[in-house]
Amino acid sequence: MGTAASPAAPLLELAGLTKHYGTGTEVETKVLHGLDLVLQPGEFTALIGPSGSGKSTLLNVIGLLEPPTGGSYRLLGRETAQLAEAELTRLRGHAIGFVFQFHHLLPAFTATENVLMPSLVAEGPATAPRRAAARELLTAVGLADRLDYLPRKLSGGQQQRVAIARALAMSPQLVLADEPTGNLDTHSADDIFALMRRFNHERGTAFLIVTHDPRLAARCDRIVELVDGRIAADRPNPV
Amino acid sequence: MPFEWTVALRFLREGRFQSLLIIGGAAIGVAVVIFITALVNGLQANTIRRVLGTQAHIVIRPTEEVARPQHDAADNRAVLPRVEARAQRLRSIDQWQPLVAMLDDLPGLTGVSPMVSGPGFAVRGDATKAIAVFGVDPQRYDRIVAITERLVQGAFRVQANEAVIGKELAQDLGLAVGDRFRLVTSEGSASVSEAFMVTGIVDLGVRDLNRRSVYIGFRTAQALLSLPGGASQIDLKVTELFGAEELAQDLQARTGLTVESWMRTNEQLLAALRAQTITTTTIRIFVSVIVVLGIASVLVVSVVQKRREIGILRAMGASRGKIQRVFLLQGAVVAVVGSVIGIALALAMVVIFLDVARNADGTPLFELVVTPWLFVGTAIGAIVCGLAAAYAPARRAAALDPAQAIRI
Repeated sequence: MGTAASPAAPLLELAGLTKHYGTGTEVETKVLHGLDLVLQPGEFTALIGPSGSGKSTLLNVIGLLEPPTGGSYRLLGRETAQLAEAELTRLRGHAIGFVFQFHHLLPAFTATENVLMPSLVAEGPATAPRRAAARELLTAVGLADRLDYLPRKLSGGQQQRVAIARALAMSPQLVLADEPTGNLDTHSADDIFALMRRFNHERGTAFLIVTHDPRLAARCDRIVELVDGRIAADRPNPV
Repeated sequence: MPFEWTVALRFLREGRFQSLLIIGGAAIGVAVVIFITALVNGLQANTIRRVLGTQAHIVIRPTEEVARPQHDAADNRAVLPRVEARAQRLRSIDQWQPLVAMLDDLPGLTGVSPMVSGPGFAVRGDATKAIAVFGVDPQRYDRIVAITERLVQGAFRVQANEAVIGKELAQDLGLAVGDRFRLVTSEGSASVSEAFMVTGIVDLGVRDLNRRSVYIGFRTAQALLSLPGGASQIDLKVTELFGAEELAQDLQARTGLTVESWMRTNEQLLAALRAQTITTTTIRIFVSVIVVLGIASVLVVSVVQKRREIGILRAMGASRGKIQRVFLLQGAVVAVVGSVIGIALALAMVVIFLDVARNADGTPLFELVVTPWLFVGTAIGAIVCGLAAAYAPARRAAALDPAQAIRI
């Protein structure tokens, strides 16, 4: 987006953020209770906490997939509550990349086509330079020889590499990863983690990674712990 | 290719079996609609041609003579309230020559033929047959009823004391071209009997007409039927078949004569044609509804199956509108492909039908009316149906909450 933040400005800022489901009904559940959180550009943060603590919900709100119920969420200096649906969709496409636990590739499209999809959505039919960029990304995640494979012909680790390449396709400022290694063996998990770390260093992309794996959380720059919809701990983690 | 096309086509290709099912459904729907329409149009054109082939589209006659009850001048009371209807004598149309000249210049008419007609008897030896005498100008009359085309023998030539007679009448009287018979009429005060030579024998395709039709020269008929210089009716052929009634009413208003179109004289035929048209329309509507429901139900299932993909695409920045268009496009693509296959199928059905449905003599039963417009119209209809079918599924796809869709 045109609203690139100045170096000093935070990437995102949550203030008193709440999220309730079923508001106004008998079964109203409060998932997030007034969160305050600031992420700086290029930060590599782990989001930990027990199941049901609201990690995924927080990720959805930050990813503009769900609106917060209350409080303020500023992304790249813009108050998201004031943005219309179309602007949120555009902002999501450009500023944020997603990596999901179960890969979530489009099964009908090849690895390259999956990586090209975000730019197809945003800018229309792929040009030669964009194709080259997509191949470059896939090469960077070690899939140079799997460019035209359909997802079902790839292993779990390989699929997650494609998902990471796809998340980075639009050069977003922030990548949200929901248990990106949750479904992989330790070896593959280490690979995926190393890959994200590498892109963080090389491109300055901020990562917010939900993980259950304390081993991986320990290798992040900062650890935010969510318990019962509240931030229980937020500490820098010098590696 | 733009995003919507890429994803729509890929989704269709991915759900290959489902796509083939709905494309097949659409194709059969298109084929049935085209075939039924062609069949019924052909049937109707054939019926109309057969019925109207031996009729004028519009007939102009003198107004009937009506006996008016007498009224008392003083208090306007009917003096003789019961009035017997008058017997209608053979009369001429008043001022028919200028009327024919006017009709000749009227657009929308392909034939104008004045005629003198009346009852008579054909006599040969001991045999006497009741007939109708038609006094015509062959050139003009040929444009109303194509006598020349229907001749079995001889020529359509009716100079002085020459006659063209129907096939059955020729059989009944044992007449062939060149033979003679007598015509007896009794219009006016005394009966007139005159000898005629058969110059042609015609098959009008209707036994009853063949049994009683005798065509003679216009002037000869005027003398024979005691109508010197007159014409008892004027036959018209129009270009716009179903505009005949309107034209007839217009002419009636302008001339004050009795003007009747085929649509009034063949009301039952017209009703039958209308019933047929309603039946075809009903069939077309039901076929369309079934195709729409088929496409819609498959697309609804497809939306459910592709929830996760839709969620991912939305997370990547695809707007609701884009997702909606992806599914609308699928409906349209199914309709277009279905139309192409359906048109080919319909053509095959027409060819097979023409081959199977034949008269005893091997000629086709009737022509199927297959016009390019029928194809274009049906294809457009199919695309509209495809979009209509995709509308609800597309709305559902667009309304999916991406966060929920991904979680599943």
